[in-house]
Amino acid sequence: MDFSITEEQSMLADSIARFIDNDYSFDKRMAIVESDDAFSQQVWQNCADLGWTAMLFSDADGGFDGGAVEMMLMMEQFGRGLVVEPFLANVILAGGILKRLASAEQKADWLAGIVDGSRQAALAFAEPHARYDIANIATSANREGDQWVLNGSKALVLNGGAAELIILPARTSGEQTAQSGISLFAIDASAAGVTRNAYKTVDGHGAAEIVLSDVKVADSALLGKPNEGYSALAETVNDGTLAVCAEAVGIMRTMHDKTVDYTKQRVQFGVPIGSFQALQHRMVDTLMACEQAKSLLLRSVMLSDAGSPEAGAAISELKYLIGTSGRKVAQEAVQIHGGMGMTWELDIAHFFKRMTAIDILFGDSDFHLDRAAAAK
Amino acid sequence: MHVNLTDDELAFQEEVRTFFREQYPADIRAKQDNGVQLTREDYVRWQKILHQRGWAAINWPVEYGGTGWTPVQKYLFENEIAMANAPDMVPFGVKMVAPIIYTFGSEEQKKRFLPDTLASNIWWCQGYSEPGSGSDLASLKTRADRAGDHYVINGTKTWTTLGHFADWIFCLVRTNSDVARRQEGISFVLVDMQTPGVTVRPIITIEGEREVNEVHFENVKVPVENLVGEEGKGWTYGKLLLQHERTNIAGVARSKYRLSKLREIMAQSVHGGTPLAENKNFARKLAAVEIDLQALEFTELRTLAAVAVGKAPGPESSILKIKGTEIQQALDTLFMEAAGYYALPNLPQQFTAEYPVDERTGFGSETLSALRYFNNRKASIYGGSNEIQKNIVSKHVLGL
Repeated sequence: MDFSITEEQSMLADSIARFIDNDYSFDKRMAIVESDDAFSQQVWQNCADLGWTAMLFSDADGGFDGGAVEMMLMMEQFGRGLVVEPFLANVILAGGILKRLASAEQKADWLAGIVDGSRQAALAFAEPHARYDIANIATSANREGDQWVLNGSKALVLNGGAAELIILPARTSGEQTAQSGISLFAIDASAAGVTRNAYKTVDGHGAAEIVLSDVKVADSALLGKPNEGYSALAETVNDGTLAVCAEAVGIMRTMHDKTVDYTKQRVQFGVPIGSFQALQHRMVDTLMACEQAKSLLLRSVMLSDAGSPEAGAAISELKYLIGTSGRKVAQEAVQIHGGMGMTWELDIAHFFKRMTAIDILFGDSDFHLDRAAAAK
Repeated sequence: MHVNLTDDELAFQEEVRTFFREQYPADIRAKQDNGVQLTREDYVRWQKILHQRGWAAINWPVEYGGTGWTPVQKYLFENEIAMANAPDMVPFGVKMVAPIIYTFGSEEQKKRFLPDTLASNIWWCQGYSEPGSGSDLASLKTRADRAGDHYVINGTKTWTTLGHFADWIFCLVRTNSDVARRQEGISFVLVDMQTPGVTVRPIITIEGEREVNEVHFENVKVPVENLVGEEGKGWTYGKLLLQHERTNIAGVARSKYRLSKLREIMAQSVHGGTPLAENKNFARKLAAVEIDLQALEFTELRTLAAVAVGKAPGPESSILKIKGTEIQQALDTLFMEAAGYYALPNLPQQFTAEYPVDERTGFGSETLSALRYFNNRKASIYGGSNEIQKNIVSKHVLGL
């Protein structure tokens, strides 16, 4: 066991921490949330210039060979800064599919733009009826002549409004919930037959509902082999799950720290409220929750980087813990901040909302507890 | 001991049920059922319908226009309101300030305010909390200085729910700073919101809506006649009022209704997928909340029975507040979990009267579930936070 990080990894974490402290104030973040795109082109370009969008891709793909450790370091800081820039959607989800399945030609067409930050992309992994089962796909792709014809609906497509490239799983054979028979396609968001209903999520991120009606694409849009897309989809969604867990750990720790600070400042009945034992014990509980979550995060990251077959189950265990204890830490932070924690103007409210959204993203704690139990 | 309602009580229940079936306006019901925000006019119209039937103020003494109902009748009535999904009574006038006025107010004040409050001609708001005071209400700083036949009020009140709708505000103000205990020297005054120097500013809450406000007073001249009861006794009156607030805060009937809605959602196939009913985790969680709610309902009934034989609700009301709000929040969480990904779109504009229901993203009111979950985190904070309620119970029940 070795929990130490390399000097390069430490420098990466420091550079993102500096960016959060100096260039991504809460006020700036809120102005970005209120803009049409729900992210800032300028900040995104800045991230790309610093090499962050390339970090998790292989040297051969134009990246820096970063793995789960780098991903964790970045996402924890993004959590601390409540960053809304579409790193998850572009790099981890869309990029994750492309780096696993795309041909050299497809990579040149699509992945390069994600690596250098010039292209916005999305992975439409959810469907309206499916809850959190990524294999439950009703969207169909049928062969007609030398084309594929796509029909169906995709729910909560992260970055789906801004994306130029949409990667989506569609059923090319098999039952609606079968893992085999799923194929992945990359389509142009402006293709005929694509309807997008873009909106913002409750935590200020951009997303969209996407409807495909008779969208016609050529073979060049197919990623990997037909009917065999599930494992790349599942691995990529696992990466996304691990990423939001890392983000959540950053959020939990920040909410905990801010709450402890607040109770030292806030005077009621003539004394700082932090002097009340009833609150002290609860903040000890939230501290323990933060440490426990960090521990399982490190475990999942190390298993992922080692390519362990246990990584998937470990990520489900982590997501369960994040869902339950993250919710608790966030609720306690709002409660202890009292009425102020309920206001739009205080950052605590927005950390709370992001934590809530992360609890739902890629499956809630019940879903992951079932998965963890099934793996035993 | 017996668990069943008497024949008289059953007849009463049927009478109320029939009234709700026939008189509760369909357009307001449709808004409620579809999660559409009610306007000020919707609330007022419905309260006036209840008033015409003589049911606007179920807690008031008969002499002022109350119903004279037994505690069980009141309980049955609240149940029917919830089961009809009718809006709750706007509490500030009928439930909060009126009992202070009819108990401690002058004859003039009773004449001036009670009939109009009963008829919903006045919309009241509450001026208790102040910035920085939180649950430490007695730390309030808003001053009312006597100048001849007026008080001159300066200060700021906060968390003023629906203050932007209000005609009048009832306030706790400091009329004497030279006191041994902070609870002394506080008075209870009524202020016309149109008085020069009163400014209402919105506070946007966590989900992005305007529900509460800050109310600023800058040299606001209020006639001495608007003082309720004795100068310096406001704390005593206010405490009494808070206990009224706390008995209503449990929201048992509303929670029962929401639970029945969750059972309906569970039975349906969500978006044509697997019904939630097949999810055992969810079923267990729902059952656990249902058990807790059943227990709370009987705890409330026991409290009502004690009130009926003349025992005023004391610290027990704190228990109702704590458990009631915990259950409300547990239900909020379950609605959000039932919505899955459709909890996440932030589309409040879909819940306006103009927006076609069948064009909404998500089904039913799913996309309100997270917003409601966020908003209702307030339930364990307002009305004296649950921490403060636990302090009350430990001090007054446990004697610690």
